[in-house]
Amino acid sequence: MARIRTTVDGLVYEDDVEPRMLLVQYLRERLGKTGTVIGCDTSNCGACTVHLDGLSVKSCSVLAVQANGSEVLTVEGLERDGQLHPVQQAFHDNHALQCGYCTPGMIMQSIDLLGDNPDPSEQEVREGIEGNLCRCTGYQNIVRAVQDAAQKMKPGAHASTSSSAAAPVAGGGA
Amino acid sequence: MTTTDNPPVQEIGRDRRRKEDRRLITGRTRWTDNQAITGLLHISIVRSPFAHAEIKGIDTSAAKQVPGVVGVYTAADIGADAVQLPCAWPITKDMKSPQRPALAGSRVNFAGEGVAVVVARSAAIAKDAAELVEVDYDELEPVLDMEAALADGATLVHPELGTNENAQWVFDSGEAGSGGSAAEAIAAAEKADDQVVVRRRFRQQRLVPVFMEPRSTVVDPTGEQLTMWSATQVPHILKTMLALTLGLPEHKLRVIAPDVGGGFGGKIAVAPEEVVTLLVAQKLGKPVKWTETRSESLLTAHHGRDQIQDLAVAVTKDGQIKALDVKLLADMGAYLGLVGPGVPILGAFMFNAIYKIPAYRFDCRNVFTTKTLTDAYRGAGRPEATFGIERMMDEVAVELGMEPMELRKKNWISHEEFPFTTVSTLTYDTGNYEAATEQAMTMFDYDGLRREQQQRRQRGDVKQLGIGISTFTEMCGLAPSRVLGSLDYGAGGWETSSIRMLPTGKVECVVGTSGHGQGHETAFSQIVADKLGVGFDDVEILHGDTQSSYRGLDTYGSRSLAVGGIAIVKAAEKVVEKARPIAAHMLEASEDDLEFTAGKFSVKGTDKGVGIADVALAVFAAHDMPEGVEPDIDAHATFDPENFSYPHGTHLCAVEVDTETGFVQLYKYVCVDDVGTVINPLIVEGQVHGGLAQGIAQALFEEAAYDESGTLLSGTLVDYTLPSAADLISFDTANTTTPSTTNPLGVKGVGEAGTIASTPAVVNAVLDAVRQYGVSDIDMPTTPYRVWTAINSAKGTSGRGDEADVASPGAGLGSTASDISKGDTQGGHL
Repeated sequence: MARIRTTVDGLVYEDDVEPRMLLVQYLRERLGKTGTVIGCDTSNCGACTVHLDGLSVKSCSVLAVQANGSEVLTVEGLERDGQLHPVQQAFHDNHALQCGYCTPGMIMQSIDLLGDNPDPSEQEVREGIEGNLCRCTGYQNIVRAVQDAAQKMKPGAHASTSSSAAAPVAGGGA
Repeated sequence: MTTTDNPPVQEIGRDRRRKEDRRLITGRTRWTDNQAITGLLHISIVRSPFAHAEIKGIDTSAAKQVPGVVGVYTAADIGADAVQLPCAWPITKDMKSPQRPALAGSRVNFAGEGVAVVVARSAAIAKDAAELVEVDYDELEPVLDMEAALADGATLVHPELGTNENAQWVFDSGEAGSGGSAAEAIAAAEKADDQVVVRRRFRQQRLVPVFMEPRSTVVDPTGEQLTMWSATQVPHILKTMLALTLGLPEHKLRVIAPDVGGGFGGKIAVAPEEVVTLLVAQKLGKPVKWTETRSESLLTAHHGRDQIQDLAVAVTKDGQIKALDVKLLADMGAYLGLVGPGVPILGAFMFNAIYKIPAYRFDCRNVFTTKTLTDAYRGAGRPEATFGIERMMDEVAVELGMEPMELRKKNWISHEEFPFTTVSTLTYDTGNYEAATEQAMTMFDYDGLRREQQQRRQRGDVKQLGIGISTFTEMCGLAPSRVLGSLDYGAGGWETSSIRMLPTGKVECVVGTSGHGQGHETAFSQIVADKLGVGFDDVEILHGDTQSSYRGLDTYGSRSLAVGGIAIVKAAEKVVEKARPIAAHMLEASEDDLEFTAGKFSVKGTDKGVGIADVALAVFAAHDMPEGVEPDIDAHATFDPENFSYPHGTHLCAVEVDTETGFVQLYKYVCVDDVGTVINPLIVEGQVHGGLAQGIAQALFEEAAYDESGTLLSGTLVDYTLPSAADLISFDTANTTTPSTTNPLGVKGVGEAGTIASTPAVVNAVLDAVRQYGVSDIDMPTTPYRVWTAINSAKGTSGRGDEADVASPGAGLGSTASDISKGDTQGGHL
């Protein structure tokens, strides 16, 4: 067992973990952070994408012990004061999800992408999320959502922590 | 009294954002694997590495020693070998059905079949211990090729059946009286100077549905009712089938499909793992969870497609089709799935597609092999049929030197001819192929792209343009129960809804369909809102739990709206009729003088009125009911359609083929689909996008390939190549609308349309780009290697095209790579 100390979605945790435990298993099984999901066993699908110290990682490809001393942000930590992150809002507004299983990873990757490139072209979005697989949407509305979020997040707000540019809270309204 | 002063806007047709999104975008989800119950045990299944082998012995002693292991069981230990997993579709009276156990007892019949199960306090311990189970196998010869499997003296997958043929199913329009004899028409055409017979063999490769959420099941046996949570599309069917299969009292079972992450047909099953989880939970009296890895999913969850199609078309030289003959071999894999044998039969009615074909014969032989079983995958039988006929239309056009759209126009049912009864005996209620085609060709700039194609050819560009067409229809909205009965299907095709009017004016609508990404909560709420005149946000859709929704036939075959949505309409109508006498009593008026609009009963010609919510509250109090009227306006309705639903559309695809590398790049994709009345255009568009991606993926990227020993080569997402965002383009989609006349909403199914239509459009486009070099066919998926090989072998500039193609995804046994270079090259181009 190894002792680790992490900050996950703003809360500090200390745990003893098996050295082989993956970060995604730690999040799901130990912290109950089941918003982050597992879609494959070969790091192809990206469903488990989270941010580790501000950068997107596939949490199936990181050992929990590697997150020691680090800050982890999952899809569950994106809302600020009940307001959705602009990328979450854009996914809703643009019908960028169907079954929703890839969505947490897709949102986390999209936020990372916008951090690097605040105004990506369609092709840049497609290449920026190519490590995240979706079987429902054909990606078209995901691409649209990322570009929509980019517009809403202008100017200059840092993607992974911003709430200032958040669009209105999601309701049922069209 | 509160009445609705401002009638709500019409909800049907509105692009409502989805109700279900909020939880899914914030991670507040309830996937089956999220279930954490105190004392929960985890299982891992020991699986055969061999495709075909006798089990000589299983040594579980080492596994049992692992700390945290609760038990290690062989099939016999939990009675899993005696289970007969159900097949609900015996397509013929003499169909051969092997026993399909939950775990193999004495023989394994495909690589990945379960032979033992380890139970432990964590999934990791269970998996570690499973590695320690020693199984002694005697390998048998695998059975991999369908034609070889049917030959005399072939090794039998199931020796006790005496054959590898599961069943043969034939439709002949001459015998059915719905048309002439195809055999006679083809024989006559061969002798006639003014006709030709075009024969082709196409390969429908094996695919894997690859829902993003791996399958998972939790069984809790500790309550009075045994509760199963499962990542399933079919909780109701699963419950009834578990009762029938295992002899459990049905009223002691509860099945819950919580959040389910996609299915595409792949979660229509009574899976062996569901049964094993249940048997272990019963044995131990403890809650038990099984969650598969992606590799397990690719290896053992059912596959789809996998047909060899031999087609013959008799056609006059001016393009009038006289007959169609279809001979199929369909790979069932090692066992029969829930509806597996019926999947190719669904195609029987669709090979004639939108065309007026005077004589038609369909002959399908289902074959057992030692591969993972096949069953429904998005479209189920209809993509295969659409591919066959739409590829054939292009082949005929090439043969006749006709423009491919002109050939289609010459043969399709014109819009004045509806309702039209086809040669395969279906009656298409509505459609307008001309309108969809005209709009699609305009959006596509068909003529402009043909010019560009010509220019690139003249210039000899490295990147050549190909244009492919698919003018499709399909039958969905499964299904009229009488039709299913006539096809020997084991259940009906109705759907049910109950509407509960709550005292505060809110509405619970219980449905028997079981959504898993389709947006049912949103679309169904729109229907309820309009029919009852209540607010969209005041409706809750309840589904996926047999305790709240006790009656239903679940979600597949694009049926949820076209059948389930109509049950909601019928239930809402009953609510209004039950409320009417009470409203009349409240208004001191005659029922005959009341009209119900926008949620309000009004006395005609007056401003007196009472809202449906007021009636719900009055019924709750029940202080003042009219004489003999029960204080209840809740209602329950079941709808059984009289006909299928027939969406159609025109799909046009342009691809760029790099003639130096064989790489195919999508260049433009336009589709105009007619799905009848649209409840929510946003959801319809999303369904089309996703459907297109899957159909295009069959054309370009995906194949479940096996090696010569029966090992699945594409057993991870590294090898089974789903398209990523970077592999696809933005599609131009639009709708024409001819409302269905067989249901009161005028809706048609949309869930499968994109997948059914798109595959042949893409392959036709790829071939259109390279026919100029003498290429006549390329097997799917049309990978760069295959395209490059086809071009070079046709040009005679490289090795032969029939060299073993084991390096590229999708290559493998059963592929008809040799067809690439078969002699009957037509040459030329469209």
